[in-house]
Amino acid sequence: MIESPVSADALDAADRSDVTAGPAVLAATALACLAVAPHALGGAHVRAGAHDALAEWLQQLQQLLGTDTPVRRVPAGVTDDRLLGGLDLTATLARGTVVAERGVLADADGGIVVIPMAERASAALVSRLAQALDTSEIQVARDGVGATFDARIGVIAVDESMEDEAPVSAALSDRLAFGVVIPARWRAADALLPDAADVALARARFATVTATHEQIEVLVGAALAFGVPTLRAPVLAVRTARVLAALDGRDAVSDDDVSVAAKLVLAPRATRIPSSEPPPEEPQEQPPPPPEQENDAGEQDQAQQEEKPLEDVVVESMKAVLPADLLAALLARAGRVRAAAGQAGQSQASALRGRQVGSRHGEPRGGKRLHVLETLRAAAPWQRMRGGTAGQANGRVKIRREDFRIRRFIEKTGTTVIFAVDASGSLALNRLAEAKGAIELILAESYARRDEVALIAFRGTTAELLLAPTRALARAKRALQGLPGGGGTPLAHALDAAREAAALARRGGNTPMIVLLTDARANIARDGTPGRPKAAADALVAAAAVRASGTSALFVDTSPRGEPFAREIAVAMGARYLPLPNADAQTVSGAVQGMRGVST
Amino acid sequence: MRTPFPFSAIVGQEEMKLALLIAATDHEVGGVMVFGDRGTGKSTVVRALPSLLPPMKVVKGCRYGCNPADVGRQCSECHARERAGEVLKAVAAPVPVVDLPLGATEDRVVGALDLERALARGEKAFEPGLLARANRGFLYVDEVNLLEDHLVDLLLDVATTGENVVEREGVSVRHPARFVLVGSGNPEEGELRPQLLDRFGLSVEVRTPEDIPTRVEVVRRRDAYDRDADAFAHEYEKEDAKVRRHLVKAKEHVREVTVADELLVLGATLCKALGTDGLRGELTLLRAARAAAALEGAKAATRVHLRRVAPMALRHRLRRNVLDDTGSTSRVARAVVEVLGPE
Repeated sequence: MIESPVSADALDAADRSDVTAGPAVLAATALACLAVAPHALGGAHVRAGAHDALAEWLQQLQQLLGTDTPVRRVPAGVTDDRLLGGLDLTATLARGTVVAERGVLADADGGIVVIPMAERASAALVSRLAQALDTSEIQVARDGVGATFDARIGVIAVDESMEDEAPVSAALSDRLAFGVVIPARWRAADALLPDAADVALARARFATVTATHEQIEVLVGAALAFGVPTLRAPVLAVRTARVLAALDGRDAVSDDDVSVAAKLVLAPRATRIPSSEPPPEEPQEQPPPPPEQENDAGEQDQAQQEEKPLEDVVVESMKAVLPADLLAALLARAGRVRAAAGQAGQSQASALRGRQVGSRHGEPRGGKRLHVLETLRAAAPWQRMRGGTAGQANGRVKIRREDFRIRRFIEKTGTTVIFAVDASGSLALNRLAEAKGAIELILAESYARRDEVALIAFRGTTAELLLAPTRALARAKRALQGLPGGGGTPLAHALDAAREAAALARRGGNTPMIVLLTDARANIARDGTPGRPKAAADALVAAAAVRASGTSALFVDTSPRGEPFAREIAVAMGARYLPLPNADAQTVSGAVQGMRGVST
Repeated sequence: MRTPFPFSAIVGQEEMKLALLIAATDHEVGGVMVFGDRGTGKSTVVRALPSLLPPMKVVKGCRYGCNPADVGRQCSECHARERAGEVLKAVAAPVPVVDLPLGATEDRVVGALDLERALARGEKAFEPGLLARANRGFLYVDEVNLLEDHLVDLLLDVATTGENVVEREGVSVRHPARFVLVGSGNPEEGELRPQLLDRFGLSVEVRTPEDIPTRVEVVRRRDAYDRDADAFAHEYEKEDAKVRRHLVKAKEHVREVTVADELLVLGATLCKALGTDGLRGELTLLRAARAAAALEGAKAATRVHLRRVAPMALRHRLRRNVLDDTGSTSRVARAVVEVLGPE
């Protein structure tokens, strides 16, 4: 999984740095490039230190694009009819011919689409943006309309995710040239920006600018050296270098352009730092030459760097813009991958929620929504008989009660199986391996049924959600394999965590089911203190809360001989009790199947 | 419309290209599923396909593009015209490669009452959908793993039966809809239900190339195409024309390609070794081998062809242990070596 290129860590670093150097300059350079070729560059994945700075950056972009170039905001929860377009009902009825309405993507043709809170964008929104970015057009085949609109857009994905949230979808950020961090104090006045006339000239020149084979090689090599697997990155870097040359009024890409392009496009995607040489003692970066700078300055730079081959220069300059603690950050983030990936799965599921699947006879009452188009379709053939005059300029369509069609939605009735697995020392000794075997079997069945699974592990003093509900079973398996063992048994925490996960699944329209695997030797209380009596009392309270939530549950007792307290907990939480000593993995899985029959 | 990226300019990705050419040679092989990394040119290949396909003959004025020579598979409208004594004229038309747009609603896919005619003239007329347009060609679904299940089911059903049956708002229509379903997707964004996967004839896995020269070549060609798409396409015109000629010949001769009994046995042994369910795997394997032979201009399918198509014909049919990450591709490769011997 590709990490979010624009991390909160990077933003912190940017905010600390000088406003006239580093990130601030890169933010300005990215802005200038986007104004020249928004569609060819795809856009930018942006994180801003302050709302004002972002607003100023966007406003400056609008100004350079030209005031008549569309810049449209699209909320992350936009519906397809607004996004793609569809039937213009008013016009269709007035004229008696099908009139298509353009959606936001088509409206933004030639300009920019801004997605605030892009990390919340549904998989559906991301795939539609991706289509527009890839094919320069948007195809609509919905609600009686079949049309293709031009949609040569650039996308500004504003990342407002917190440290531990899922980053912006890689399917989107992969297609956007820049990862831009706008420092809180960024001001257009401090930035050396071209004016609208320069941008217009650059736009005309862009198509004729060429990069040499060697320059392309260097960018491809740098991408690999910094652990950027996707080939879109070097493609976008080459385009960026060409835009930079065009802004500078040249027809050939200079080595400097290559260096700046690498900083803008490749550095934010870096997942590792080439370890060939230690970084220069003083990692003080040279600010990239602002686009307007005269040619001779660029040549001077080149002269200085002549002793070094271009690839080294590019690698050095990329290292310079990477936060000094990138490696540490990368390592820290690696630990978050699982959680983030899980959340991506979750958002996918919620995107499906309540998806409309068609219409049926009925009246729009009691919260049911009228399906206007289908109602019209039903009424249309009878218009002549009813004496309607649709098709004429002021015609009215006569609609009767029997024509009413209401929208039908898929109600997602999927199951979310929440595994709460005891990874404490006592269980690790006992039968962790068998517990894992049982889970794997249930996982395999869940896969065929497209259930979601979530995994909570508890040990020591906490219960941790290792895997948010997901359908990607391979992830569940990996999470399970990496499950460490040892420590106390915080049973109350585990029950609380499972109940919360169940509540969340229910809100998402799924039916949750808890499978708890433990030997029930609770010895950590809710407040984290050790001691059996208190831990047991807390566990019973937590179990009662699970029962009150009405979540179906299975208690798999993994103790060697069956633990009386385990049975007690199972009863308190209203769970089916299954002692593992008498049950092999197959029986457990069968029990889950049985419960599913009841719960769905 | 923008000039598409030429087929023969796509660097590497031989298996994906071969799978599409096999499907173009013999539509009966079934659909093609392409799963793989981002930015590997999955959709580029499909968009390059139309320019390779030789035009076909269609009944003039037919909304479903019926084949004048195949009376049995013509639509009811063509039949009616013939019964009325009309002599159907044939005209050349491009083979359709239809995109199923994201967010498409069912009415546009299967077809629905023509609202315009109904409103304006009070007529109950059927407006064909995308399935009708795709008849005798290809239907491409990008991000097939994000498509709603009921639409995927519907597509696969129609692709299997070759007929689209519409019963909606008083229109009752059935029309031929034989097409090759091509799906693509990225497994990281959601898996495809296994039940669906094995209904595709062929399945291909694409990866980002890892060696530097190939990567440089990909980026270089993309850059050249960016700067001047027409000039770039012109450079590859000859190559594309060659592929087109092979394809035309293959389509003509694929039915004459012989398959020796020995090869049938090997195919069956291979399927048995891999534990694939049902006969579909075997049939697809042999059909694909025959098409691969035809594309080479060979008169008979051999072990070489069998070996080449085994991964794409079988990898998605293995009874799989979902928790086993080791790709089915390597399992097929192992079985191929066992049955056919090392290369």
